[in-house]
Amino acid sequence: MILILIPLIAALINLVFKDKMSRVFAVSVSVLQLIYTGFILSGFDKKASGFQNSEFYEWYAQLGLNFSFAIDGISMVLILLTNIGGLLILISSLGNHYPNTARLNSLILLMLAALNGVFLSTNGLLFYVFWELALIPIYFIVGIWGGENRIKITFKFFIYTFLGSLLMLIALIFVYLNTPGAHSFEWSEMIKANLSPGESALVLWSFFIAFAIKMPVFPFHTWQPDTYSVAPSQGTMLLSGIMLKMGVFGMIRWMYPISANACNCNYYVFMVFAIVSIVYAAIIAIMQNDIKRVIAWSSISHVGLIAAGVMTWKAEGVQGGILQMFTHGINIIGLFFIVEVIERRLHTRDLNQMGGLAKNARGFSVVYLIILLGSVAVPLTNGFPGEFLLLSATFKSNTIMGIVAGLTIIFCAVYMLRIYQFSMFGKEKENAVVIGRLTISEYLTLGLVVFFVILIGIFPGLILDISETSVNSLLNPAGGQVIP
Amino acid sequence: MGNIISAAIFLPLIGFVISGGFGRFMPKMLVGAISTLVVLCSFVCSIILFNNLSESHTFYKLILFKWIHTGNIDIEFSFLADKLSVWMMLIITGVGSLIHLYSIGYMHSDKGFHKFFAYLNLFIFSMLTLVLGANYVMLFFGWEGVGLCSYLLIGFWYENTENGYAARKAFIMNRIGDLGLLLGIFTLFNQIGTTDFHKVFGAAGSFSNGTLEIICILLFIGAIGKSAQIPLFTWLPDAMAGPTPVSALIHAATMVTAGIYLIARSGILFVNAEMASTLVLIIGMLTALIASTIALKQNDIKKVLAYSTVSQLGYMFVALGVGAYTTALFHVTTHAFFKALLFLGSGSVIHAMGGEQDIRKMGGLKQKLKITHLTFLIGTLAISGVPMLSGFFSKDEILAKSLYGLPTTGSVVFTVLAITSLFTAIYMFRMYFLTFYGNFRGTEDQKHHLHESPLNMTIPLMVLAFLSITGGVLGLSSIFSHHHFMNDYFSKLLYDRAIPHPSHFFEWTVLVVSAFLLAIVIFLTHKKYVNQGFVPVKDEDEKGLEKVLGKKYYLDEIYQYTFLRPVEWLGKVLYKIFDRSVIDGVVNFSGNFALSAGKTLRKVQNGNIESYLLAMVIGVVACLILIQII
Repeated sequence: MILILIPLIAALINLVFKDKMSRVFAVSVSVLQLIYTGFILSGFDKKASGFQNSEFYEWYAQLGLNFSFAIDGISMVLILLTNIGGLLILISSLGNHYPNTARLNSLILLMLAALNGVFLSTNGLLFYVFWELALIPIYFIVGIWGGENRIKITFKFFIYTFLGSLLMLIALIFVYLNTPGAHSFEWSEMIKANLSPGESALVLWSFFIAFAIKMPVFPFHTWQPDTYSVAPSQGTMLLSGIMLKMGVFGMIRWMYPISANACNCNYYVFMVFAIVSIVYAAIIAIMQNDIKRVIAWSSISHVGLIAAGVMTWKAEGVQGGILQMFTHGINIIGLFFIVEVIERRLHTRDLNQMGGLAKNARGFSVVYLIILLGSVAVPLTNGFPGEFLLLSATFKSNTIMGIVAGLTIIFCAVYMLRIYQFSMFGKEKENAVVIGRLTISEYLTLGLVVFFVILIGIFPGLILDISETSVNSLLNPAGGQVIP
Repeated sequence: MGNIISAAIFLPLIGFVISGGFGRFMPKMLVGAISTLVVLCSFVCSIILFNNLSESHTFYKLILFKWIHTGNIDIEFSFLADKLSVWMMLIITGVGSLIHLYSIGYMHSDKGFHKFFAYLNLFIFSMLTLVLGANYVMLFFGWEGVGLCSYLLIGFWYENTENGYAARKAFIMNRIGDLGLLLGIFTLFNQIGTTDFHKVFGAAGSFSNGTLEIICILLFIGAIGKSAQIPLFTWLPDAMAGPTPVSALIHAATMVTAGIYLIARSGILFVNAEMASTLVLIIGMLTALIASTIALKQNDIKKVLAYSTVSQLGYMFVALGVGAYTTALFHVTTHAFFKALLFLGSGSVIHAMGGEQDIRKMGGLKQKLKITHLTFLIGTLAISGVPMLSGFFSKDEILAKSLYGLPTTGSVVFTVLAITSLFTAIYMFRMYFLTFYGNFRGTEDQKHHLHESPLNMTIPLMVLAFLSITGGVLGLSSIFSHHHFMNDYFSKLLYDRAIPHPSHFFEWTVLVVSAFLLAIVIFLTHKKYVNQGFVPVKDEDEKGLEKVLGKKYYLDEIYQYTFLRPVEWLGKVLYKIFDRSVIDGVVNFSGNFALSAGKTLRKVQNGNIESYLLAMVIGVVACLILIQII
């Protein structure tokens, strides 16, 4: 609970500071938060199945709404991501000159509180409350600090995701009404709900749509490229780095265990959506000329693979999904920050306006390349182990789908190397602006990302081991529900 | 031995960190010396390993840590040094250190000097990981690693726009192959739950026939990409955009032979997979022939050598397809010597010509570049298969094995390869005479500038020339010796199919006939390009067959219109029409509906963020406090 309270209270205190102080304050809070996360991780028992560090306080007992928080291996990884990501985002914002930075920082901190809440809740309704709470700050971040056309795009984003959330709420309430004994929103009770296969399928679909919109998965993705490209960098990083993981997490934590009764055939449909996402988004990414949009579409493609792997509901797939959530989160924050570093100097994101940037950007061209390679999933970068597990699980589940999903390793190389080639290689444009030296905060952000790219690439076990036991105990009771 | 293996692998990595991280602050000579020394140390380690292993049939396995251990997947980060991997190590680090030494001279005035050596060291590290990996996943690490280094080095002179495209093309074509390899690895996991070489080979008998064929074909797809075979070979000629030492090391001697290593390593699987082996054979044969015909009409000194490499790799695949894995490795070895020699020689020529690569603008270089000329001649003779030089023995063995190993189709394969050998001699001597004989056709400036390369460039040439001459002792044919060194060395490790030995009569016939044919080729090319002073026409004047060959059968154009354009078109249609109009249209329709609802709601909101924030946060905190109290 302290993980939620620290940023929540800090968000409030932060409002009294002027912009300059607020930056220092926000970064120190997120450092503190990360230290506390490290403290929890050190006390976390990787071998124990089930939840740890449980906390329970009654809130509105008549509604079944309680403050119940707990950590298992799966949420541990995501908490780690949220708080590392939060730190990266706040450090990266040090170089910005937005008006009203203090308010922006408050919103980011509030967002982090809500995200921690989403991952920690073991009460269905509480999960929903935090889920919605996370939507509000990001709505303002994009709506106020966003680029051209922001009002219309933000509105679409808000309504779209809100619609998904409502479906989820309905599903949650429906399950609540069917829990054995007294009605309860507690996770441990909800997974025991007596649902007929038909009811399960309905719940499953409601959950799926809610989560698919958040990630997003084809065909629920049309809000994403616009929102990502119009949002300020920190907003895009929050959305892509951490927030979309809520969707995948929701699938693993809530959707599968609760609607385990539903027909396996639904998963096939979901997998088809996910696989289409991978290829569809990749092909479109190749055609984009705005770097930020290339990365936005690449995110749809990558998340499609995560979804496909998780939906196999095999240990490799779910573990790969969890690992990839972590690495995708770190890498995409890095990539969007690279876009910002370029945009700060060139004042454009158009690939056709770039070229030859490598000439005066020694350090930058190296970190850029390493982070890019992480996304392309070159072995010994962090992208590879997750992609390997995900593809392996997908291929095992269904050969054809596995092969189609595998196309990602080709397409991803095409669009990622294309942006590197067009921005860094080639002749310099006339009256070109150079990248030159990076500032300290830029070095720090990118340096940390590179550190994780290499660390997790060589030792993926650092993350996999955390969630191993939890994933196994989650999968085994539902063993019969696995897609053949 | 574990320490020796670690040292051999990780010294180049340390070299990479030193020259990559601190090279900028160090004098060039120091960077060059350190980079060369680490590879030389690796070479010494390889020799120690070789000595220890050649006595007995054993291996050393070094397990560093568990890389992934989850679900049914268990992958160790481990290295395996057995006779095969040590053999490859010797080639990689041996030829590698010569090329490092050469590069100190070749790159001396380049501003990216330290970056170049950093990449080269990283390449050696990746290549060693590839051949020393103890399972297919470790092999894949190295496999992708060398691909990455190849990408970086092809795009080394990034200011030239063309190079960027060449680098990307190489990486992506390789990745197409990599997908095959990756799927092969997944299939292994699904079947036996491990990719450890020893466990896989132990379980080789348990695969059903169909599965075995599928695994082998998937592995072969990987090899097609990396070793530049039909239909994925077009990246290799473009890869010549990289500095010449890179072409020698990566795109001739080592990386492109990774596909041969992969199949030889998996010999126990391939030897029982008839369909896959036949496919390997056919692809190898076609590649050998087609690439050699293209090489006949190339005018860029490096492009000729590149197509020649593709063609020679084709030979190796034929040997693999026949089931003669040792023979394939024999040709890998001799080819590493003479092709590295030829590339470095061409580098010396290009260096002297101030960057010129077109043989139509050279000529008469033999007076000015004496050592380069002599060593280049040796390389040319070796690759053409002049009897008693290294290339003759390995090529002769491939021809013999295919004739004797394939009862029905052997004579066809033999004939095709024999014709290819003839073409090889023709394009090599065409290039040799155009470059070194006749009158100088370059500019006055270039003529003035012509000079022999410094000693650190010519020493590697001389060493490689020596090896190109004597490399044949590794596998003398039966008319010269009863001992075939490589056959003895690999006898208990590689799963060569039993193929009857060729008769002495056959051996003598091949020797005499090839010597005779070569003499004719040399005489005719000498007459045409030296006596008659013939110079190939300009590109735009090419006609008919010449143009088709010069344009490499229009393959790039064909790929352009069958793959690239359709994907681009699809991307545009999907994005502009399907995504924007159809999907988003539906969304916006519902969105507009929601918008009208939103308008009504807006009236109760005042639009001040702080008040929202404040209310929200206070609300939540209050609830929390309330609970604590109650």
